Amino acid sequence: MTLDAPTRDTDAHSDENAAVVKPNRLAIIDGDVHTAPSSLSELAPFLERRWLQHMQTYGSRKRHGSNYEPYPKAAPRAMRRDAWPDDGGLPGSSLELLRTQHLDHYGVEVGIMGPLGLSGQGEINLDLSAALATAINEWQRDVMATPEPRLKASIVVPFEDAAASVREIERLGADRRFAQVFMLTRSMDPLGARRYWPIYEAAQAYDLPVGFHVFGAGGHPYTGTGWPSYYIEEGAGHSTSCQTVVTSLVMEGVFERFPKLRTVMIEGGFGWLPALTWRLDKLFERMRDEVPHLQRRPSEMIREHIWLTTQPMEEPVARAHLNETMEWIGWDKLLFASDYPHWDFDDPFRAFPANVGDSRKRQILTTNGKAVYRLG
Amino acid sequence: MARHVIAPVADLPVGARKRVILEGRPVLVLNIKGELFALSDTCPHRGASLAEGILTGHVVATEPGTYVYSREGEILRCPWHAWEFDVRTGRSWCDPKHMRLMQHAVSVASGVSLLESGCVSASEAPIKERGCVSASEAPLQQEGPYQATTFPVRVENAYVVVDTPD
Amino acid sequence: MPLTGAVDCDVHPLTPVPADLVPYMDAYWRDTLEVRGLDFWETIAYPANAPLTIRADWRALKPRADASPDAMAATLLDRHGFAHAIVNCLFPLQSFRDANLGAAFARACNDWLADTWLSRDARLRGAVVLPVQSVEMSVEEIERRAADPRFVQVLLQVMGDQPLGKPQFWPIYAAAEKHGFAVAIHAGSSYHHPVTGSGWPTHYIEDYAAQAAGFHTQLGSLISEGVFVKYPKLKVVLSESGVSWLPSYLWRLSKFWRGIRNEVPWIDRDPLHYVRENVRLTLQPFDVPDDAATVARVMDQLGSDDLILFSTDFPHWQFDGDAMLPKGLSAAQTRKILIDNPRATYARLA
Repeated sequence: MTLDAPTRDTDAHSDENAAVVKPNRLAIIDGDVHTAPSSLSELAPFLERRWLQHMQTYGSRKRHGSNYEPYPKAAPRAMRRDAWPDDGGLPGSSLELLRTQHLDHYGVEVGIMGPLGLSGQGEINLDLSAALATAINEWQRDVMATPEPRLKASIVVPFEDAAASVREIERLGADRRFAQVFMLTRSMDPLGARRYWPIYEAAQAYDLPVGFHVFGAGGHPYTGTGWPSYYIEEGAGHSTSCQTVVTSLVMEGVFERFPKLRTVMIEGGFGWLPALTWRLDKLFERMRDEVPHLQRRPSEMIREHIWLTTQPMEEPVARAHLNETMEWIGWDKLLFASDYPHWDFDDPFRAFPANVGDSRKRQILTTNGKAVYRLG
Repeated sequence: MARHVIAPVADLPVGARKRVILEGRPVLVLNIKGELFALSDTCPHRGASLAEGILTGHVVATEPGTYVYSREGEILRCPWHAWEFDVRTGRSWCDPKHMRLMQHAVSVASGVSLLESGCVSASEAPIKERGCVSASEAPLQQEGPYQATTFPVRVENAYVVVDTPD
Repeated sequence: MPLTGAVDCDVHPLTPVPADLVPYMDAYWRDTLEVRGLDFWETIAYPANAPLTIRADWRALKPRADASPDAMAATLLDRHGFAHAIVNCLFPLQSFRDANLGAAFARACNDWLADTWLSRDARLRGAVVLPVQSVEMSVEEIERRAADPRFVQVLLQVMGDQPLGKPQFWPIYAAAEKHGFAVAIHAGSSYHHPVTGSGWPTHYIEDYAAQAAGFHTQLGSLISEGVFVKYPKLKVVLSESGVSWLPSYLWRLSKFWRGIRNEVPWIDRDPLHYVRENVRLTLQPFDVPDDAATVARVMDQLGSDDLILFSTDFPHWQFDGDAMLPKGLSAAQTRKILIDNPRATYARLA
């Protein structure tokens, strides 16, 4: 006999998780699902002919000079090995597999798509960047979100070109199939810089949160001291690019200028935020005359405007450290994300230690996501 | 201890792997270079099915920048977070004390002996399981001592048999 | 808590200007400074009049508190009864693109430090500044200072051209280990790259905040490249790092190591192990709120009372009054931080 349908995991193998709430009673909001067209040809129906030809002839040219990522991954294309569709396409390209393996399997009510491939972000040629962003947005809408309403699209913006980004937000912002504006943490300038402000203004106008997902090609070495050698260093270092984003948004006064703006840090974990917040508060206290446009302490702005997705889940040896770190951040500020179908995927029922407790798990898995994303 | 018929030996040639449910729990049976291994198919870290994990060798270093590679094909890497498990011991390389897969004894038995001993059959679970399996919901398959779910046990054949503890 | 006998592992003299260093240069470099008008050399770090650079009450003293060993002693060592203070000179010679020029300034800085600070107060110990533009010249500088027991550590900046774990830097660690120098990695940048992976932040406040991220990078590099495998006795002191960033960074590094340790197979144990064995952090700035409960939780997350070395980061404004120790440390923790940990870290601190 075979198992006809994947069964939901209720953690019977693990005593510590024995008390997990029945999955079908939780409507999971997944803040990071990576859908992707398998190839340029799948995107072609949405791409202007001029840019399709350009891609076929010259290809992608990103600000790190690589046709792929600068660091070879832990697994092919950084994917779970069990997420490759039988049709030979990329993980995240098959709606059928996405449904059975993820949405149905875990009871995901809403998955926020975060397209990373062929999305134009990081392209040196800004017109190409904008054309690809438009194409991937329409692909998400027509190929994924329309046939599968549990999937919500992100408005991918060519964020190094604020004017083009605003046009894209204005073009799609009223469409409820789109749940957020999507940017990457590595950028040409720290993302609070004034040339990005029109993007935040438009996002606020449409009541869309802005998600900052790790990765990106800003044209700089990935660290302030040059390129590390190893993927393990890049992976562990994503939190530093997240810190750059938060520091810049706060210190440039983005949240003072756009007081209703909601932002979400995606796939950088969350353990880094308390130390950064403490550091910024202390520096603000000492040198607030350098940033007189700020009326409030950094910690207050962070508490009000910044959410974080939980993946990749922090795994300290002592579980209490995870709890107190979440406590410092605020239980209402953490959103579950699976990062499906990537290799460092978090399972909603196994990622959290039992001592987080059912009600807080419910907040993170469901309630907080409903509050931050523009759903419904 | 219960004995479970997994498959005719011919169905598990070198390089093959088979995922079965034994007493409600998924077990992965592998034929690596002619040697049979049976491991729990639930990664102790986050519960992934290991059945789609890649088999690699074991790398260590004598000093930075060196790569001493051995035991090719005997390390099972989880398809999710890439943790490494030694198929011989079930132990996780990084955390051998706390993270290990349950090992099962695997043997080859003749159809004659199985029929005489009254062995329980195994239920198959496809490798493309797409996620972790709940033991409580997986079928407990014990249809009868003389016939496995998808094949009859015959006197003239030899079978892969996995033991589970009581 | 009495501070008597404490070892302050990070204090700064008023940064010298080239004119202060000229007497310690040979004729060619003396003339070069004059011919080329190199009468000042500053980076954007620690702006002279910024509040962080020197505490207001220390700036107001005449002479200002960092101007001389005597002035510093009156404010710090005499006042609190410190046994030693380790003097880290922050002249930004690392920012020169010319390694020869960097090396000339490094030699002069170290001579200047020995002559005008270490010789004036027997409690002072020094850091050998290295012309990191050239590993070979850095090693020469280490060898040159090895016979002077007053130098107890070598000094690198947290942001340079390349992450410091890369094998090209290893001769520096070999020389340091051989002579018992700790390797201090201190906040600061050569500014050969933007201080963030996303370019130049607008404000100094952001630049200084970004220094902590530099420590993440360097620790990840030192561990991943296998520096502590190759040099197991090496002590690396992360100076002016902020401290509280460490636990969550290690959670992340440890988690990724479990999945991709085959990329760095020489790392055959949890990265946390190398921190416990080889890495220490100076106390100030201690980026934790000023309440005992949170301090206790952060100390618990650090997982060891051996990691922190007392420092004031004098004259930088990291605390007010005499509140240089975080609230809520136990007597045993305090004793370790003030005295035992520094003495266990600095082999040359006789």
